[in-house]
Amino acid sequence: MTATLTRSTADRAQIGEWAQRYGVYAAVVVLLLFNIAFTANFLSVANFRTQLVQAAPVVIVALGMALVIGTEGVDLSVGSIMALSAALVPLYLGYGAAVAVIVALVVGLLAGTFNGLLVARLGIQPIVATLALLVGGRGLALLIAGGQLVDVRDPALLFLGDGDVAGIPVVVLIAAVLAVLTGLVVAGTTFGRRLVAVGDNRVACILAGLPVRRVLVGVYAISGTLAALAGVLATARLGAGDPANTGLLFELSAITAVVVGGTPLSGGQVRILGTVAGALLMQLLRATLIKNNLPDSVAQMVQAVIIIVAVYAARDRSSR
Amino acid sequence: MQQQEPVLELVDGVKQFLGTRALDGVSFALRPGEIHALVGENGAGKSTLIKVLTGVHRLDGGDLRVRGESASFGRPIDAQRAGISTIYQEVNLVPLRSVAANVFLGRQPRRYGIVDRRRMYEETRELMAGYGIDVDVRRPLGTLGVGAQQMVALARAASVRADVVIMDEPTSSLEPREVETLFSVIDRLHADGVAILFVSHRLDELYRICDRVTVLRDGKLVHSGALADLSRLELVSLMLGRSVGEVRAHGATRFAEGERRHADGEPILRAEHLGGAPRVRDVSVTIRPGEVVGLAGLLGSGRSETARAILGALPRRGEVTVSGRPLPSGNVAAAMRAGVSMLAEDRKTDGIVPHLSVRENIVLAALPQLSRHGVVSKARQDRVVATFMKRLRIKASGPEQKVAELSGGNQQKVLLARWLAAKPRVLLLDEPTRGIDIGAKAEVQTLVDELAADGLAVLLISSETEELVAGADRVIVLRDGVTEAELQGAEVTADALLRAIAAEPPEDAEPPETPESGEAPEAAVTETAVTETGAAEAREPAAAEAAGSREVADSGNADVDPATARTEASR
Repeated sequence: MTATLTRSTADRAQIGEWAQRYGVYAAVVVLLLFNIAFTANFLSVANFRTQLVQAAPVVIVALGMALVIGTEGVDLSVGSIMALSAALVPLYLGYGAAVAVIVALVVGLLAGTFNGLLVARLGIQPIVATLALLVGGRGLALLIAGGQLVDVRDPALLFLGDGDVAGIPVVVLIAAVLAVLTGLVVAGTTFGRRLVAVGDNRVACILAGLPVRRVLVGVYAISGTLAALAGVLATARLGAGDPANTGLLFELSAITAVVVGGTPLSGGQVRILGTVAGALLMQLLRATLIKNNLPDSVAQMVQAVIIIVAVYAARDRSSR
Repeated sequence: MQQQEPVLELVDGVKQFLGTRALDGVSFALRPGEIHALVGENGAGKSTLIKVLTGVHRLDGGDLRVRGESASFGRPIDAQRAGISTIYQEVNLVPLRSVAANVFLGRQPRRYGIVDRRRMYEETRELMAGYGIDVDVRRPLGTLGVGAQQMVALARAASVRADVVIMDEPTSSLEPREVETLFSVIDRLHADGVAILFVSHRLDELYRICDRVTVLRDGKLVHSGALADLSRLELVSLMLGRSVGEVRAHGATRFAEGERRHADGEPILRAEHLGGAPRVRDVSVTIRPGEVVGLAGLLGSGRSETARAILGALPRRGEVTVSGRPLPSGNVAAAMRAGVSMLAEDRKTDGIVPHLSVRENIVLAALPQLSRHGVVSKARQDRVVATFMKRLRIKASGPEQKVAELSGGNQQKVLLARWLAAKPRVLLLDEPTRGIDIGAKAEVQTLVDELAADGLAVLLISSETEELVAGADRVIVLRDGVTEAELQGAEVTADALLRAIAAEPPEDAEPPETPESGEAPEAAVTETAVTETGAAEAREPAAAEAAGSREVADSGNADVDPATARTEASR
């Protein structure tokens, strides 16, 4: 009796695990096939370019988010950090594009470190700790920019937004390189392995003498820096610093990409490839619905359904 | 009084968790007006029994009777309606609401549909005064000391006119003066004819207030009868399952028999007058290289906390030195660099990293040594992992198998490998053979012997008398966080050990009293409470997920150690 019981639970667990692990790829493939069959003008280089360029900033932010979520945390401040970039880049552009970008990235790093210290040192829950910057960060950005949209004309910066290298958009290239790098960090460095372990069983890590706080601060710092970079790229693409709208609701898109990609919110696992696929899936989904003349509001509701399915598949049903 | 109809009775109760019998045909009767002690070590089934009686768990077999009639509690609220109140040691009432609101939680007096605060305050004041408790009933409960909160919980239990009050280790977090007040309240309940089930590990308390005792061991009823007929030594023997004078069964453990290592020279670990950690008041431990020092004592005597304080996972007073160099308090990393590692008691919550592989679990503490510039070296890891998997005979499909999929014994070996890979000079082992099968147990015991022979200093915490007798060169016995006795060489016998554990406290051992015990100002972390449905259910997953391990099923609330330590450690 016990045997059959265990077997059926095991079967169900296996299906759930499969869905969590590969569901996102399957969904991407299904959507692609659907579009190829039914959507006019889908199979074109231009279309694929557009999709990838639009997904790239989400991918970049979601990479950092995946690491944070891997430690059983969440970073709500990424959208506001992007806004900070949008405010800072035009301000420092006079010193050259490189300086402006570096300033934005350093501020992102500091903001992330601040988040990390709140979480690791003061023990504030991640959702609350990063909520502070979600609210305050955008306010600060608007203050810096004087609440205005500032045009950006620096050619070097604009190249980041719509330039090509070897026929591939720079934004996409950057996102791809970062995805590979993040994947390598998670899989092959002490930092990456500790990050996952801390997310899986923090008490055990403390008892093993791991630098748990340092790991946590590092994770949030990375997330902040990546968000700042996404803000720079968004500004470059728009051709203007727009702190009021840059990165708005990006925290939710990033979390969605991570969760849909099969990384459980309970921590202990980070799926980089899944996260990238998650971001692509959400982008593709919107494009599909819009191209088939469904309004954006419907797209949002379908996204909601997908999130619920993803979280359901990823819920902790393991026997630990 | 003895032959009165039981108010609450369990007949041949059986409760299983994934095939393991946490309660195995236990019969138990609670009569009106008696104070009944329930005792047993970890995994004995106390918590399961309590949860069955309070409607948290359902029986798989047997009969539960309330006032002679068969009853079935689907939910905790059913038990409450039947007149059974439970006071857990840490489940809380609502700390932010007033004392009065807590006492009347869920049954506030109303006027025109609105809570009648005046009446509520007044009735609560009367109630509290009746028990000699002096508190401002409008203060938020959470601002009171733990002891005062407990009184409030008790007052609540009394005011709902419970016939049965179940108290799960109510005194474990109280100051001596608070304990006195608690006992006076219990006396009143007792005088009112309320039946009280009292769980505690402090023998003194049991003998002071309890009439009868029920002893559980391994899910079975071992003894039930009048407490006065039982000496302390007999009681401890029953709990631990070793009779006094019983000849140690040869081959019961795999520790090399007879030969005592004569570890000479300077102690490598010296911990002097440790205190300041929960349940640790004054413990001194020294270990020489090649020596196995046992740490004995009943549950709650401060064994695990001592090990954690040494490691730095709990804050501490008192000095710890390794080869003469002092260890900073509260810094596990520093302790590990100095060569101290600890195998935690609760493998699941404090040990394994479940979703990671066997390989990653083994190298967790040694990652820096196995990496170059922060990049993990797979080759070096593989060598270490292969060595330990072979040496400890870890049975897994391979180093990449998830550790959560292994058996308990193999998980334990993985953890041992983790600590050994950190190349320790002092190894603190907290119940290393608990909850693992006999084969693995023997292997672990053999390993401890070998490690000591190689010059490692080992602290062995165990509830099993024969494990200490056979495995330790010296045994330190703790009682209430104080070193009670130290047995050396030939003195280490099962008999002597039992006697030391059961020893009466010396007359002058009364712990220092703290003034103002009733209203200790500090914000209380541990609250006591009458169970509300939600609170009780919140506890359930802890037991439900105990995949076949009785120990874990029990540690849900019988043994606070892991929980307390965890909150401390995660600061």
